[in-house]
Amino acid sequence: MRREIPILITIVIGWVMVMDFFFPPVSSVATRMRDWTLILIAISQMLGVANVARINLDKVSRKHPDAPYAMVLLLAIVLMIAFGVFLPKSATIGGLTWGGHEGGSVFDKVYNQMYVPMQGTMFSLLAFFIASAAYRAFKIRSPEATILGVTAVIIMIGQVPIGSLLWDGMPGLSAWIMNVPNLAAKRAILIGAALGAIATGMKVILGLERNYVGGE
Amino acid sequence: MDWMQRLEKLDRRIIFVIMLIAVSIPVLVRLDMPIPSSKEVDDYYETIEKLPDGSVVFFPADFDPGSVAELEPMMRSALTHLWRKNCKIVCFTLWDTGPGIVDAILRDMAGKMNKEYGTDYVFLGFKAGREVIMVQIANSISGVFPQDYSGKPTKDLPLMQQVDKLTDTKLIVNISAGYPGTKEWVQQVRTRYAVPMLSGCTGVSAPEYYPYYQSGQLSGLLGGLGGAAKYEARVGVKGDATAGMPAQSMGHLAVIALILMGNVLYVVNKKKAGAR
Amino acid sequence: MNISTEVWIWVSALLTLAIYSYLYRDNPVYKFAEYLFVGLAAGYYFTIYYRNTLIPNLIDPILAGPKDLNYFWYIVPIGLSILLLSRFVPSISWLSRWPIGFMVGAFAGLAIIGNAQGDLISQVQANLLPLVDPDSVTGFNNASGIGGKLLGILWMFGNILLIVGLITTLIFFFFSLEHKGPVGATAKVGVYFLMLSFGASFGFTVMSRISLLLERLRFLYGDWLGFTIVR
Repeated sequence: MRREIPILITIVIGWVMVMDFFFPPVSSVATRMRDWTLILIAISQMLGVANVARINLDKVSRKHPDAPYAMVLLLAIVLMIAFGVFLPKSATIGGLTWGGHEGGSVFDKVYNQMYVPMQGTMFSLLAFFIASAAYRAFKIRSPEATILGVTAVIIMIGQVPIGSLLWDGMPGLSAWIMNVPNLAAKRAILIGAALGAIATGMKVILGLERNYVGGE
Repeated sequence: MDWMQRLEKLDRRIIFVIMLIAVSIPVLVRLDMPIPSSKEVDDYYETIEKLPDGSVVFFPADFDPGSVAELEPMMRSALTHLWRKNCKIVCFTLWDTGPGIVDAILRDMAGKMNKEYGTDYVFLGFKAGREVIMVQIANSISGVFPQDYSGKPTKDLPLMQQVDKLTDTKLIVNISAGYPGTKEWVQQVRTRYAVPMLSGCTGVSAPEYYPYYQSGQLSGLLGGLGGAAKYEARVGVKGDATAGMPAQSMGHLAVIALILMGNVLYVVNKKKAGAR
Repeated sequence: MNISTEVWIWVSALLTLAIYSYLYRDNPVYKFAEYLFVGLAAGYYFTIYYRNTLIPNLIDPILAGPKDLNYFWYIVPIGLSILLLSRFVPSISWLSRWPIGFMVGAFAGLAIIGNAQGDLISQVQANLLPLVDPDSVTGFNNASGIGGKLLGILWMFGNILLIVGLITTLIFFFFSLEHKGPVGATAKVGVYFLMLSFGASFGFTVMSRISLLLERLRFLYGDWLGFTIVR
């Protein structure tokens, strides 16, 4: 019964979500189930944070080489949760709002001045790596690679102002590529992926797909 | 190994420096360039322009700080355009690390355009649930968001007393960085309800949304910083996207030059190896 | 140059440079910034999920007390949430399959409807096109110059290429038939359409990545070092 009950739950919930589209009377049941789903998702994400903390606590207790960094991580988690969750919004000390999560609070300040720049910078590293990859790995060895390379160059020039300075038809050519051949291929991928997603969804709500419940 | 073979195996840190210099110069030195528009941007502009003044607009801002560079200019231009027409904005986000940055942009723009919270716009914050929320919110906004981002009851906000369902709004303006985003809104909401939808998305996602634009599921599309710059030009604001276009152009030219150089060296070195 | 004296700008700038130090090589400064980032992210997630979902959608309604019999349905999400906690106890972690099954079912059901109506039907319908778009003929007639006329011809063939492109690409993805003979030739055409779309995606991806770098450089040069940057 360890696998059968969760599979039965999946089947029931899945069919309620599908039937909600076709039979209005099911709507109130489906709405309630969706309300429960959003609570479960929130809890599962919070448990994910607890798991991250547990793994890093483990590194500290085992004196792993990364233990000092793990302590930084744990301290960051503790401080963010202390500011955002436990300190009341009325905790104003020294002109700063130490509690709460809205604009003007310490939580918000740390987010905007530390987290936001760091995430932006992490993603911006990709600009350097894509340039390095373009130089080292983008080798035009076949007709297919030639088409890919030429198209990429046309799009890169056509989507920025320098394209219209080089040739006034470049933006138009770039637009044609995006709206005709790119569209055709992307539409085929969309349709193929939709068929696959429908098939997988049907397997799940018919109880044929059981990998998510794991072993016995 | 001769110099051409050494050049083919160039240390990637030198390539990083080349990119840094290429993109830095136009940041510091003014290079004015015209910004021609495109049909999907024109349609985006016209869709908002044709909205009756004072319309309520559904504004899911589904992004996080990782995509702020491309999407913040779009969001600012869209808010400028909508607020010039005195449209009312119901904003929220489905990205868990997004609410802080979305709230900051909204408050900053509201301050610049003299818009009042609760009457001209509301920010409902974040809600977990992705597609589940999309379907749920279409039927009852206050049911999903009983409180706004700062914890105030939604039903106490004047704007939320006029609107509670998606069909109470005239337009969906989605700013999207990926999943969940435009694709899911189109699948779950746009096709079920007859509310037109616009999308401003990152460059990475833009090519896959062209089928939605051609089918009419999206009435307009802004793709990446280029799309943002074209829209800024239409709206008549000179924002970060417009200012960034020369640097963007130089970056693209640098990448193209690197691709060409890499291939020339590959061909030459391959011929030399074959001759030996 | 007019270097900022604001503490938070310096904090942002130093953290930015700490992460950029990875470009030279992996080092302790980068590792510190990376772990700090993960810690801040985790703390932020927890707070936002708690404040924006748990409080308004579960805790406040429960504390408000029963207004009608629907109140007692909250026992279900509370019960399922407790079962999720069993994940941390290996001997009873199988109980967490119940809430996982619940979530999987919800998303599977929504995926079927979303993909069917939003992607499959709408996209097939959108590709039922006339072979030549009358607007494209008008566009060709109105175009000037060789470049304009060439683009006009491309647009006139647009609908035909959309139809051919979609069919040939779908045939490429149909692996139940061996790609030999006429099927192989058709699939090859589909591959060329795919390469065109991947080239377009690569071009847009480059644009996206460079934008991200641009934003950080504008911060470092403008806000931190105080250079006059182009606005």
